[in-house]
Amino acid sequence: MTAINMNMPILIVDDYKTMLRIIRNLLKQLGFDNVDEATDGSTALQKLRSKDYGLVISDWNMEPMTGLELLKEVRADSKLGKTPFIMITAESKTENVVAAKQAGVNNYIVKPFNAATLKEKLNTVIGNF
Amino acid sequence: MTGAAPRSDISRRIGALATSRPGVDPAEVAEIAQQVASSMGLDSGTASSNAGAEIQDLSRFIQDLKADLAALRPDAVIDEHLPAAKEELQAVVDATEGATNEIFEAVEAIETLTGKMNKKHSAQVTEAVTRIYEACGFQDITGQRIAKVVSVLGQIELTVNGLLEVFGEEVREAPRERPAAAEPDSDKHLMGGPQLPEAAMSQADIDALLASFD
Repeated sequence: MTAINMNMPILIVDDYKTMLRIIRNLLKQLGFDNVDEATDGSTALQKLRSKDYGLVISDWNMEPMTGLELLKEVRADSKLGKTPFIMITAESKTENVVAAKQAGVNNYIVKPFNAATLKEKLNTVIGNF
Repeated sequence: MTGAAPRSDISRRIGALATSRPGVDPAEVAEIAQQVASSMGLDSGTASSNAGAEIQDLSRFIQDLKADLAALRPDAVIDEHLPAAKEELQAVVDATEGATNEIFEAVEAIETLTGKMNKKHSAQVTEAVTRIYEACGFQDITGQRIAKVVSVLGQIELTVNGLLEVFGEEVREAPRERPAAAEPDSDKHLMGGPQLPEAAMSQADIDALLASFD
C-alpha cells in the first residue's frame, strides 16, 4: 500500500472565510499542513493550473463559477482531469448529489459536517492515513 | 357617445356596481362623478359627454391599476414567499442556538481541565474560554435582529393582505405568467441552498446514493 503524502498540497475552495478556516484547522488536526485557499471557482482554477494539487475540497454555492462548474472544468482539463475532488456543500437534494457524481466528484460531504466525516471521506478518496 | 347620458341612466349604472363589484361603494363613485362634474363647471343637473368620458378614463385607470397589482402576485407573496422567508429565518435561529450550545458544552469541558493545569496555563485557558463565552453572545444579537426582520415581514404581510382585500378575488384570479424557461446547460436550478431540516438528506443518505452508482 502506497503511503499517503501528508505534505501533499490541498486546495480548499469556499466563498465563506469562516468555512475555509474550519476546514483548514480540521485538516491541520489530521496532519495536513500544506493547504491553499480560494474564495471562488475562477481563482481556484487559476491555482490548479499553476500548481499540482493532490486534492480539491470545494463548496458548491459560489458565484460566478459554482463548485459544480469548477468540477466540470477540472474534469475537462487534460492535465487536471484526475485530481481527486470532494464537494463540501449545504446542497443536499438527490438531484445535486446525482449531478455531482455524474460530473465526476469523488465524494460528497453535506454541511454541517464533523471532523470524523471529513477524515472518513479523505480516507476513501486519497487513502488511509 | 352621441350625447350626455341622462342622470337616471348614470344613477342606474352606479347602482349596478353594488351587485357586480361588491368591494366598490356606489355612493363613493357617485360622489366622485359629482366632483368631476363640478370641477368642469357642470351643475348636477347638466348631462355632459365630457363628464362621462372622464369617468370612463377613471374606470380604465382603476382596471389598469388592478392588472398591475395582479401582476405583482400579492397572493404568492402571502401564500408562498413570506411563509418561506419566515421558515428560513426560524431555521437560522434554531441552527445558531444549536451550534452555540455545542460550543458551550465543549468549552465547559475544557474549563473543567483547568484545575489540572499549572497556574499559568490555567489562567491562559480561562482567558481564552472567557473570550469564547463572550463571543457566543452573537447568538442572542442575531436572534434579536432576526426577530426584527420577522416583525417587518409581518408588517409587509398586513399591507399586502390589505391590498388583496381592497382589490378582491380579481387579483387572486388574474392569469399567471409562465416561469421563464431555464437557460440550456445551466445548473442554476441546482442551487437551492440549505434545505429545511425536515427536507434535507443526511450524510448517510448521500453515502448510500453515491454507493448505488458503483
